[in-house]
Amino acid sequence: MYKNDFPFFKNSSVTYLDNAATTQKPQAVLNKILEYYTNYCSNTHRSNHGDANKATKEFEETRTILKEFINAKDESEIIFTKGVTESLNMVASIFAKEFKTIIISSIEHHSNITPWHMQNRTLHQGLEVVNIKENLEFDFEHFEELLKANPNSFVSITHVSNAFGVKHNIKKIAKLTHKYNSYLMVDGAQSLAHFEIDVQDLDVDFYAISSHKTYGPTGVGALYVKQELLEKLKTYQTGGATINDVNFQRSLMLSSPYKFEAGTQNIADVIAFKEALKYIKNIGYKTIHTIEEEIYSYLHNELKKIENIILYNNVENSIVSKSFNIKDINSEDIGILLDKMHIAVRAGHHCAQPIMKKLNIDGTIRVSIAFYNTKEDIDIFIKALKKAITMLKD
Amino acid sequence: MIESRIDSIKDDLELFDDDLQKYEYIIDLGKSLPNLEEEHKKDENLVQGCTSKVWLICEKKDDILVFKADSNAAIVKGLVKIILTIFNNLSAKEILDFDTQILQKLNLQEIITPNRQSGVQGMIKRIKEYAKAFA
Repeated sequence: MYKNDFPFFKNSSVTYLDNAATTQKPQAVLNKILEYYTNYCSNTHRSNHGDANKATKEFEETRTILKEFINAKDESEIIFTKGVTESLNMVASIFAKEFKTIIISSIEHHSNITPWHMQNRTLHQGLEVVNIKENLEFDFEHFEELLKANPNSFVSITHVSNAFGVKHNIKKIAKLTHKYNSYLMVDGAQSLAHFEIDVQDLDVDFYAISSHKTYGPTGVGALYVKQELLEKLKTYQTGGATINDVNFQRSLMLSSPYKFEAGTQNIADVIAFKEALKYIKNIGYKTIHTIEEEIYSYLHNELKKIENIILYNNVENSIVSKSFNIKDINSEDIGILLDKMHIAVRAGHHCAQPIMKKLNIDGTIRVSIAFYNTKEDIDIFIKALKKAITMLKD
Repeated sequence: MIESRIDSIKDDLELFDDDLQKYEYIIDLGKSLPNLEEEHKKDENLVQGCTSKVWLICEKKDDILVFKADSNAAIVKGLVKIILTIFNNLSAKEILDFDTQILQKLNLQEIITPNRQSGVQGMIKRIKEYAKAFA
C-alpha cells in the first residue's frame, strides 16, 4: 500500500486520478524541503560558510543522482530549469532558432507548439508537423518524408502524449533524425515517473525532465544536453552564478551547467527532487511498471463496459492515461460532477488543442494513474462516472 | 424587479443540502432551456471566457430586450438559464442600472469553478454590451 508514503492520502478523501497533471509527493520529499529551510537555508555556489557549503553539496547531489538516473555521461549535461516548459523554451530560443525547419508532431501539447509560433514559424513556414495515425501512433513514413525534404532540421517530440498517454518510439525517432543530419529534443514530462530513461541508449540530443510529474516538487525540472552540444549552446540568461570573471569590457562565463543557471535557483526544491528520485529507485521501475500495467488494463476493461463510451487510445500503444468521451455528453460536465463526488480527473483539451481539433472534439476526460493507485480507486471512479452519466443523460 | 428574481433563484438553490443535488437541479434547469437555432450558433455569438461554448443573442421587442442562449455543456446551460431568468425581458436601462455585485447573493462561486466564473462574468458583460447597444 504505497499511499501510506504520501501524506496527501492521509489528509484527503479525494480519489486522485490526475497524475499526468501532477503527482503527489512522498513524505521524504516534504521532509527534505523542511530540512533545508529549517536547518541550513543558505544560497548555493556563492558564500563559503558551513551552511552554504552544505546547501551547495545537497544541490549538486541532485545533479549527480539525476545524471545516474538517466545515464548521462557527465554532470555538465544536466541543467536545472523551472520545468519542461522552460527547458523547451530555452532550447527553442538559444539553439533551435537557427534551424530553417522545426519538426514537431500533431499530438504535442502547447508547450511544444507555442515556442515555435513565438519565432513566427507556422505550418510549412519553418514548422512541419508529423501526422499521427488513426490509433494516435506516430507516422514514421510521414516523418521520414519530412526529414528527406528538410534535412538539417530540429525535431522536437514528446515521449508520452499528455492528453492520450500514447508512447512514442524515441529510439527509432532519434535514429531517423540523425540519419538526416538533424537534432532531436524530447519532451519527457510524462516519462520519468513511469519508466527508465537512458539518454545514451535513446541517443537523444536534448531531453526535458519534470520534477513535479515525477513525485518531486513543482517549479523544478532539468534539461539534459548531449555533451558535444554544450559548447554550441549559447547562454540563455546571464547574471549571478553564471560568471567566471566580469569587468566593464567583457563577461567571461562559467562552463556548463553553471552558465545556464542564472540567479538563485529553486534550491529547496532541487534538493528535494533527489528524494523523489531515490524513492523511485527504492521501489524500482519493475515494480512500478507491474502495478501500473495491472491497474491500467483494469481501468481499460472497466471503461469498455460503459455504454456509449468513446476510447481514443488502446492499451498496447499507451501508458497510464486513458482519455475518453461519452457520446453526446460534454467532458467538462462529467469532470465537474466527478469533482463533486471527490474524484480528481482532468476534463477538457489538456493544453493540446490542435490534436483535439484534429479529432473534432472539444476535449476528453482523462484518467491518469500512478503506482500508488489501486483497483479500488478505479472502482470508486467507475461508480461515480456511471452516476454522472445518469445525471447528464437526456 | 431583478432583485426579486435573484432572491427567488437563491431560495431555490438553497433547498439543496449537497452540491451534487444542486447540480442535478442546475442540469434540469438547463434541460428546460430551449435549444438555440443552429443558424445562431456561430462564432460571433460566442461568449468570451467560457471553457465550454456559450452562444448568446439578443433582440429588442418594443422597449424590452429578449435574450436567447445555449451551451454545448449541460451544467453551463443550467447556469445560462439562471442568468437569462435574471436578465430577460427587461429594458436596456434596467440592465445597465443593475449593479452586478448583487449577483454574489447567489453564491455561485461556491458551486462553480474559477474557470467557469469567468464564463458567467463573460455572459453578463455581453448582456450589458447588448443593453448598451440597444439603449
